[in-house]
Amino acid sequence: MPHLSAETDEPSGAYSLLISRVYDAIRTNLKAKIGLIILVVFLLCAIFASLLAPYDPNEMSMDMMSAPSFQHLLGTDDLGRDLFSRIIWGTQVSLFVGFITVAISMIVGVFLGVWAGYYGGWIDMIIMRYIDLQWAFPNFIIAVYLVAVFGTGLLNIIIAISLAFLDDFARVARSMVITLKEQPYIEAARMQGTSDFRIMFKHILPNSVGPIIVQASVSISYAILGEASLSFLGLGVNANTPTWGLILADGRSFISQAWWLGVFPGFAIMLIVLSINFIGDAVRDAFDIRHTEI
Amino acid sequence: MIAVSTLVFFMLRLVPGDPIAAMLADAGSDEARAALTKKFGFDQPVIIQYFKWIWNLLQGDLGTSLYGSNQKVTSILAEALPRTLSLAFLSFFIAIAIAFPAGIISAVKKNTTADHTVSIFAFLGLSMPDFWLAILLIIVFAANLQWLPAIGYAPLSSGFWEWLRHLILPSIAIGTGFSAIIARMLRSSLLGELKSDYMRTAAAKGLSDTSMVVVHALPNAMLPVITVLGIAIALLFSGAVVVENVFSIKGLGRVLIQGILNRDYPVVQGTVLLISAFFVFANLIVDLLYAVIDPRVRYD
Repeated sequence: MPHLSAETDEPSGAYSLLISRVYDAIRTNLKAKIGLIILVVFLLCAIFASLLAPYDPNEMSMDMMSAPSFQHLLGTDDLGRDLFSRIIWGTQVSLFVGFITVAISMIVGVFLGVWAGYYGGWIDMIIMRYIDLQWAFPNFIIAVYLVAVFGTGLLNIIIAISLAFLDDFARVARSMVITLKEQPYIEAARMQGTSDFRIMFKHILPNSVGPIIVQASVSISYAILGEASLSFLGLGVNANTPTWGLILADGRSFISQAWWLGVFPGFAIMLIVLSINFIGDAVRDAFDIRHTEI
Repeated sequence: MIAVSTLVFFMLRLVPGDPIAAMLADAGSDEARAALTKKFGFDQPVIIQYFKWIWNLLQGDLGTSLYGSNQKVTSILAEALPRTLSLAFLSFFIAIAIAFPAGIISAVKKNTTADHTVSIFAFLGLSMPDFWLAILLIIVFAANLQWLPAIGYAPLSSGFWEWLRHLILPSIAIGTGFSAIIARMLRSSLLGELKSDYMRTAAAKGLSDTSMVVVHALPNAMLPVITVLGIAIALLFSGAVVVENVFSIKGLGRVLIQGILNRDYPVVQGTVLLISAFFVFANLIVDLLYAVIDPRVRYD
């Protein structure tokens, strides 16, 4: 972990250096480039779903369980809905949930972690007790349980998954702050009378962003998998919004007659998670962290 | 564990929607509703319900299911547990059986075709949702080849092969992602060891490649692998929850999800508590393994 800004007046320089480092990591790594291309394609699918999908995703037809053909690229399901259109629309929920949940848990988790690490004492103790408590459950079980508590639906899914990943970010941020806060440049800033808030978020945070970005890249792929698993279990957004997990769950009973219902939606999930793992791997290499965080 | 169980209890009390209403399916009379509410103690203040629950918990009583024949939660869990444990052990075994050879080969033969192949499969294994892999396995081995059953579970008492036959596909579905994580970790940590000075000494002594890797490098490379093992166990449990539902195995995962869909509080509470207990226990074992593998680590 290099300390990017010794001149404490220019913390923004640290951020731009960081961005260029991530950019370089992706530019020089073949897998990351492939990952980025796949991700962009999915992103375009999500944004332009209404233009790209040949059919309405919920439109039923008499053409039930027909195999992939030119008319229905990936076939149709038991209600005659076009699988290709449903998968394209499903991109929206998957990407939206994946990114928004990680954004929320990153912001909240990092805030809690930085706060706990910087002040120590009872604030640290309370926050850490909570985080330890969460540590007693696998993340996915937390998400399932929270959905049981809040109920299903898009907003509840987002809350459940964000909370499930919160502790990982808090832990990473806290440990970074604890190692950094004794550094001379922080001492100097404190001596100058810089406010705690400014020290925490302008001086310490920029230098601990590396591990946090790595954690985020790992969490996004698990968040997408988590949303798909919840939808698959019937704990997802709702029955009318096509999501990849739901499409798979709907098609499950028919896989012996219609293999395409079992193959394509899952392939889409795998592809998007793979693209994020490719990018995440390159980013991790760039920050030279051993593969201990999964 | 007390804190964990407190959290589990209060969170579920926040649930919108009334289990009694769900049970009677809006058809029951007001008297029936009142009688049921009283029977399950929902008429008492939450705090009293809580202390009752903790008191019963300490005596090993998790209450009774609100559904069906009002079975005791402990007996539901006792029935489900061997299934999930069988599944977890077999998945673990499969994962290790794939990960170790794969990780060692790709480290020793770095940057060869074998290494790249392992790396590609590891990426796929990491990215594949376990329930999708489960469905693919069913399509190929159950629906088309008809080699193995697509649903259900057979206890060990009905014969080892019967038991194993039902568990092979779900265990592969769960174990694959798990093995990918371990193989990648093993590769990177083994690569670090292979570059070290003591390996050069071993080579100078004229040791064979196999004994160099297996006897000298592997034990030292195990430490980081064990660290990820703790994290990967979380995936094992999560995987079991989802995959049991694909294969209709009535283990903890299926009991949990059905409990949620039925708003069956006691069952959901009991299951989450049990899963968490096993998770904490598994992580404890991982911590203790540290000390076994690395004598420098001591717990006083």
